[in-house]
Amino acid sequence: MKALLLRDLRLAVRAGGGFGLSLVFFLILCTLVPFGVGAEGGQLSRIAPGILWVGALLACLLSLDRIFALDHEDGSLDLLATAPLPLEGAVAIKALAHWLTTGLPLVVFAPLLGVLLHLPTAAYPLLVLSLALGTPALSMLGAFGAAITVGLRRGGLLLSLLVLPLYVPTLIFGAEVVRRGAVGADPTTPLVFLAGITLATLALVPFAAAAALRVNLR
Amino acid sequence: MSLISVRGLAVARGGLRVIEGLDFELGAGQAIVLRGPNGAGKTTLLRCLAGLQPAVTGRIECQSDSIAYAGHADGLKPALTVTENLEFWSAVFGGPDIAPALAAMNLTDLAARPAHALSAGQKRRLGLARLMVTGRPVWLLDEPTVSLDQGSVALFATMLRDHLAQGGAALIATHIDLGLPEAQVLDLAPYRARPGLRQDRPAGFNEAFA
Repeated sequence: MKALLLRDLRLAVRAGGGFGLSLVFFLILCTLVPFGVGAEGGQLSRIAPGILWVGALLACLLSLDRIFALDHEDGSLDLLATAPLPLEGAVAIKALAHWLTTGLPLVVFAPLLGVLLHLPTAAYPLLVLSLALGTPALSMLGAFGAAITVGLRRGGLLLSLLVLPLYVPTLIFGAEVVRRGAVGADPTTPLVFLAGITLATLALVPFAAAAALRVNLR
Repeated sequence: MSLISVRGLAVARGGLRVIEGLDFELGAGQAIVLRGPNGAGKTTLLRCLAGLQPAVTGRIECQSDSIAYAGHADGLKPALTVTENLEFWSAVFGGPDIAPALAAMNLTDLAARPAHALSAGQKRRLGLARLMVTGRPVWLLDEPTVSLDQGSVALFATMLRDHLAQGGAALIATHIDLGLPEAQVLDLAPYRARPGLRQDRPAGFNEAFA
């Protein structure tokens, strides 16, 4: 399992691995918003929590189809499925590798982009906390979508359509945490829901994704 | 004692049976070469034995975790070097030394080269070297000699013979002569599923839930 994680991380940072693309996309998105809605501070700081979360979600979506598609094309997925590694474990590890290369950089750089969007100072710790709690669920749900669409030509768009609705609960509670932080309200309830959604996703989705992969490998 | 034994096996591709009533046994030190025209179900049979797809009916008996499968694709990552590719599979299969595998397929000089810079034949050699690091006794090989030159086919035959001598077994779908006179030939033509004996696709058939 460690070998698979190391291989995926290594592939992500090598040429053509796409590491950093999501982050740059996130950056551009958050830079474009002030151009679109105007640079007036009050308005921006009101929509900042939502924009940051939607941005993180879309950035995460960009690299999802790579989770299994590349392995399927070059045959490694067949070989992984026949390896001693349980497929559920392989799914979890690949989702973890996706989170480490996509979600974690977003968590780290989100405060910087908060500045661009006039996010109130009080909300920064909660922004980082909510993204850190929520993005693992995005990667894991994305792995499920990728498992369902593996082997389909041009499966990327279908993958987005399948996965985005699943992201709704995480988005609602994640943005709500930051919004409450921004207006100084108590964020405990949405934080607990966010953490709960992530934990349930991490516990259940690997099995669903592995089952989808087995069907697709036939 | 046989490493893998198959009784009354039927396999299907795309919901249609391609092979029916297949019986064979593969013991330690034995190799079977699968023959049959295109579409006879050689790949389907190998994928079924590897556990990648379910059998329609019949029994497959083998030890758990005894099968190593090598399909049409080599499962190589172009961005990784030859050593890194092989070390990954070695780690997945419990970490045997990769040096003998590199030497057996004459890849030692290419060890530091990224896989995207290899020729088709060199990639295939790396794919076959992977079999040695799996440490599994039964090899299921689907057209293993595609894009190999004659020298490499001979290397592969040597590797295969060593594997058989160590108590391994191999089931090989191939059209060319591997230079393995001891291998038995299993022609799939007599086991070809006859259409019309049963309803091919039941109403409401859905492959995903078959």
